[in-house]
Amino acid sequence: MDVAKDLVAASSTPLVLAILAEGESYGYAIIKRVAELSGGHLQWTDGMLYPVLHRLERQGYVAAKWDASETGRRRKYYRITEEGQAELTAQRQQWKAVDDTLRGIWMGESTV
Amino acid sequence: MTTFADQQLEDQIAEWRTYVRRRQALYRPDAEELEGHLRHQLAALTEAGLTGDEAFLVAVKRMGSLDELSREFARAHSERLWKQLVITPETEASTQTGRDELFIVLGLAVAAAIAVKLPALFGHWINPSAEFPLFYAKNASLFVFPLLTVYFLWKRGSDRVRGLWFAMAFAAAAVLANVFPFPSGSETEMLTALHLPIALWLIVGFAYAGGRWFDDGGRMNFVRFSGELAIYYVLIALGGFVAILFTFMMFRAIGMNPGWFVAGWLIPCGAAGAVLIGSWLVEAKQSVIENMAPVLTRLFTPLFTLLFLAFLATMAWTGNPINVRREVLIGFDLLLAVVVGLVLYAASARDPQAPPDFFDGLQLALVVSALVIDGVALYAIAARISEFGFTPNRVAALGENIILLVNLTWSAWLYARFLGHRSSFAVLERWQMAYLPVFSAWAAVVVLVFPPLFGYR
Repeated sequence: MDVAKDLVAASSTPLVLAILAEGESYGYAIIKRVAELSGGHLQWTDGMLYPVLHRLERQGYVAAKWDASETGRRRKYYRITEEGQAELTAQRQQWKAVDDTLRGIWMGESTV
Repeated sequence: MTTFADQQLEDQIAEWRTYVRRRQALYRPDAEELEGHLRHQLAALTEAGLTGDEAFLVAVKRMGSLDELSREFARAHSERLWKQLVITPETEASTQTGRDELFIVLGLAVAAAIAVKLPALFGHWINPSAEFPLFYAKNASLFVFPLLTVYFLWKRGSDRVRGLWFAMAFAAAAVLANVFPFPSGSETEMLTALHLPIALWLIVGFAYAGGRWFDDGGRMNFVRFSGELAIYYVLIALGGFVAILFTFMMFRAIGMNPGWFVAGWLIPCGAAGAVLIGSWLVEAKQSVIENMAPVLTRLFTPLFTLLFLAFLATMAWTGNPINVRREVLIGFDLLLAVVVGLVLYAASARDPQAPPDFFDGLQLALVVSALVIDGVALYAIAARISEFGFTPNRVAALGENIILLVNLTWSAWLYARFLGHRSSFAVLERWQMAYLPVFSAWAAVVVLVFPPLFGYR
């Protein structure tokens, strides 16, 4: 089962913020983590993560810095900011509201 | 991320990188970030047993389409689709030369402002309540063009000998313009003031082309530069005008009259310095922003063509003759100059290899209608010129009219041949380029020969 494109796009912000809330990370590792968490159901084209990260950086939800990686090349690391934490909390409540609503209706169906 | 021993794979990565770099919305650090990702992915895939080729295919496929990617980047960074002129250079080396250039340009602009004020030490004052002294009008180009020439000599790394020649030419012009014993209200002195800049602009052109003047490309670049500079200068002047309005408003509010400062300092120094700043901006923007002059040409060629045709039709319909007043010739000179400008800037933006299109036909219509109008005007003037007498003004205007007429007649012929597929556009371009020095040469004749010829009157 593949999740629809719109849903993938909508969930990208909370997902990236949640992953960064676990600790500083970089593009490739974030993608690996998404694949791991979703069990392969969320299919991202790898490149698309970067515009999302850049937009979050602009909005002030994440901060980025260039640092050396273990292979010696430069790598851009991202970490969540305080505003990002607040945004994550807000998004979490919104997703929970959606989830609760759907659950409510689907639970009812299954009992009918 | 890793560097790969597999040279073929490295080549493929390099090729991919150039593709990415071509996207306007993707800046160098973004490309670097994406490349890091690609390399990481490749390392993981080759480790899993794929060959370099296979790994590359998979990794690029997973990265997704570059079109989509750059669209998303553009959405995240909307300002990137607006090309920025005052950009921060991308490499360390270009930052250094960029900063040097900025300091040199600022230094030269200040020098131009000082040059304008130096004659005040010798009693040449600009007084807002008196008439504008002709001394400044006559020497205006001499305050600025030598410094502009210095800028281009520096920028093109030209040798000293060339610089010496230019210096001698400027010095000769300065001496001649100022030793001629013009009486007050002299017509020839006014002509000198008008023609000296045109003559000296050629020297700036030599410096600009930096030894490539005799390539058509070098001259064409100078034409492009001149057009863009004119546009930038007008824009800077508009800004300056706003600054002047505020100066008056604010100082009058506290009961001071800033007239002496605006007329004596702000306008002359600003006008001189703006030439250098404008030139620097044009140089800096070359590859960044679309040229404006050809855009204006595209806009105004149809307009002027319509205007000329409407004028001819009206004249034919009503039978009204041209009312020859004394200075009507100058008006028609300016009209032809505008048409030459339109032809020149249309050529500057045209791919000489492209086949003739509708716009070329329009250009021919423009040139031919302008020629007909000028022919009618000249016929009317010639009938009465002996009645007016040959004053310096009229001879100069007549000479200019003939020079422009020759240029346009031959251009019309070449356009017609080009439209009939019997000749290439490059021929027309070469003709225009070869003709450029004629304008300056005639201006030099007016400056050098006319005053003694007409007894300085």
